[in-house]
Amino acid sequence: MDALIPILLTIVTAATPLVLAGIGELLVERAGVLNLGVEGMMIMGAVAGFGAAFVTGSPYLGILASIAAGMAMALLFGFLTLTLATNQTATGLAITLLGLGLSGLIGKPFTGQPITRLPNWDGIDILVVFSFLLAGAVSWFLFRSRAGLIVRAVGDNHTSAHTLGYPVIRVRYLAVLFGGACAGLAGGYLSLSYTPQWIEGMTAGKGWIALALVVFASWRPWRLLAGAYLFGAISILAFTVQTFALGIPSQLLSALPYIVTIVALVIISRNRLMLRANTPACLGRPFVPDR
Amino acid sequence: MTPAPKTPPLLEARNLVKAFGPLRANDGVDLTVAAGEIHALLGENGAGKSTLVKMLYGALQPTSGELFWHGEALTIANPAAARALGIGMVFQHFSLFEALTAVENIALALPGDFDLAALSGRIATLSADYGLPLEPSATIADLSVGERQRVEIVRCLLQNPRLLILDEPTSVLTPQEAEQLFITLQRLAAEGCAILYISHRLEEVRRICQRATILRHGKVVAACDPRQETPASLARLMVGGDIHAVRAHRDVAEGPVRLRVHELSLPPDGPFSVALQDISLEVRGGEVLCIAGVAGNGQSELFDALSGERVADYAHAVEIDGLPAGRHGVNWRRKHGAAFVPEERLGHGAVPMFHLSDNVVLTRHAVDHTVAANRRVLRPGARAIADRVIAAFDVRKGKPDPEARALSGGNLQKYVVGREMDRNPGVLVVNQPTWGVDAGAAATIRQALVDLATRGAAVLVISQDLDEIFDIADRIAVIARGELSAAHAARDMTPEMIGLYMAGMDEAAAQAAGEGGHAHP
Repeated sequence: MDALIPILLTIVTAATPLVLAGIGELLVERAGVLNLGVEGMMIMGAVAGFGAAFVTGSPYLGILASIAAGMAMALLFGFLTLTLATNQTATGLAITLLGLGLSGLIGKPFTGQPITRLPNWDGIDILVVFSFLLAGAVSWFLFRSRAGLIVRAVGDNHTSAHTLGYPVIRVRYLAVLFGGACAGLAGGYLSLSYTPQWIEGMTAGKGWIALALVVFASWRPWRLLAGAYLFGAISILAFTVQTFALGIPSQLLSALPYIVTIVALVIISRNRLMLRANTPACLGRPFVPDR
Repeated sequence: MTPAPKTPPLLEARNLVKAFGPLRANDGVDLTVAAGEIHALLGENGAGKSTLVKMLYGALQPTSGELFWHGEALTIANPAAARALGIGMVFQHFSLFEALTAVENIALALPGDFDLAALSGRIATLSADYGLPLEPSATIADLSVGERQRVEIVRCLLQNPRLLILDEPTSVLTPQEAEQLFITLQRLAAEGCAILYISHRLEEVRRICQRATILRHGKVVAACDPRQETPASLARLMVGGDIHAVRAHRDVAEGPVRLRVHELSLPPDGPFSVALQDISLEVRGGEVLCIAGVAGNGQSELFDALSGERVADYAHAVEIDGLPAGRHGVNWRRKHGAAFVPEERLGHGAVPMFHLSDNVVLTRHAVDHTVAANRRVLRPGARAIADRVIAAFDVRKGKPDPEARALSGGNLQKYVVGREMDRNPGVLVVNQPTWGVDAGAAATIRQALVDLATRGAAVLVISQDLDEIFDIADRIAVIARGELSAAHAARDMTPEMIGLYMAGMDEAAAQAAGEGGHAHP
């Protein structure tokens, strides 16, 4: 039992960035927007959070900076896809590429520098607790509040929502900004707490896993939480097995979470009926109102 | 509730204009609606009815003109403002959210407290009161079209409307469901609610409406009391000329069976799809078999199985001219003389961005060497066929070979039907041949279907339009929940019998109810 608790704690901390980014993207997709820029928003959050903490010496200001950076990227994404109605897939990919490149440029002076780490108790810090509360709050919001019902309505049928008089574009802007804030925060968690340093490309595909988790969870917050912990467990497992030197190539073990992502998506996609019944019907479709 | 003579009308529109670029969808429309009346808005597709009511509901803003509510000038900025005034609207293509429950859908349209449990109680009371049975916690995707309409109506009624707008409400209902709707509407009118009723079913307009305003090309061409008119005189006002009736069909043909379906069953292929159960039918050369039914009862699934877009796992499930076709795809069936016209013309029947001649290639490449040979597309051949179809079916278009999306609905439908007719097929399967098509084009298409049968082809028409079915059918079967009734000679069928089949009653019940009923004129 005593050996188990540290392992569980490692799993929870490994899963936290996935929960934060995944819950944000879940709400975005519920509003009918496919944001493939999660990875880019996350890495911008990581570099901005680290930079702010390095300059000011306060990890809490770092958290605020990472949220702001994620939202700034989300605002750009929203302006392109919502105001200008560009293709969401292409724009999201562009945002990710932009974020990876820009963060490398901004982060050059921070490489190898130390910061004050976010305080924690056996690895549990405020962001870990917050991620758990966030899943509950978003679940309550989506299924118990009028505003959440409006978000689901906009994602299900934007034409009808518009006809009923709901501001589709504004609802989606708010959702995208929320998603950006969550992705930025997830990045901030990585650079301020999980590995408190700046390494170029340190998100290492976690934004993509968060995106896959949303589908895996069939757009439900509690399932996403469970899925994130499952993935956290797999990456910790891969890490632990390496130490036993069983002769399995370490590259293969490091690739394990990504392989599991693909396998999980294939299994989910096989159940077409279930997937189609749960997918927000307007996901990825730009909305252009009549005059 | 009866207004005194000098009381201003509930709603008045004066000289309303709505321009979309150069097109004037509404061009100086005047309309008055009084409290407690059922007022019909008549017109062909594209006459401007939907544009007009969208302006009344605040979903569109007029380019110019004035609106008066209880005699006071106002603008209706958005649908929420219209609902606050007491204007409710039931849309033709429902504005419901399929993934949400009935009570959630209704909550989205109501201001005030967000308490779904209390709202469910109010829904139950009101729906029982008006005879509109409804389960508040049901998900919309699981409901029939008639049930969905009830959700929309209850949603409007909970807002205590002074004016209720209904856009072609009976087009999706069985005759029995329509009767129930008429009772509800008459009760609402008696309580003082005004009803603006859009329809092109002239018989029902004459039955339940006290006044009618008729639109043509965006202008009001007549205002009358429909009870004083005949269907023919109303139709003349709508179209601006006589519609020639479809030439009567010759005696029922005794040709060979050209299309046979034998115990065809298919599982649903999507969450909102219907399973086909044990469907059997035969169509002889020289006859038109019509399959009636309310939308969403397996029509598109049956069409896909007949066309070969979905293959059966049993070769004799579908036979074309005696050949087992069940396990063959659409090209094989085309090569053996069959042709298919799907319901959705833009996107299924034709590719919107392709020119009309390119659209010829899509259904001809496997069967016509003038269009494609040696893996190459022969454009002159395709162009020649396109021109032939355009001439034969009087397809109106702007440029010589436009993209499919540039055509109006009626013209594109004539083109898509004409393209398949041009092959002179032995078997033609067509789904909703005149859905959303104006009266003139509909008459052309129906005549062409009858003529094709006269030349010896087997013609299978899937339709929701009972008038159309009685116009062209030799025999009629009804599809309900994926099951097909036996086919009966059209002269032995009445709309009431079809309605009973639609409701899914067994054959004996339908026969019993049909006894003593009058044959359709």
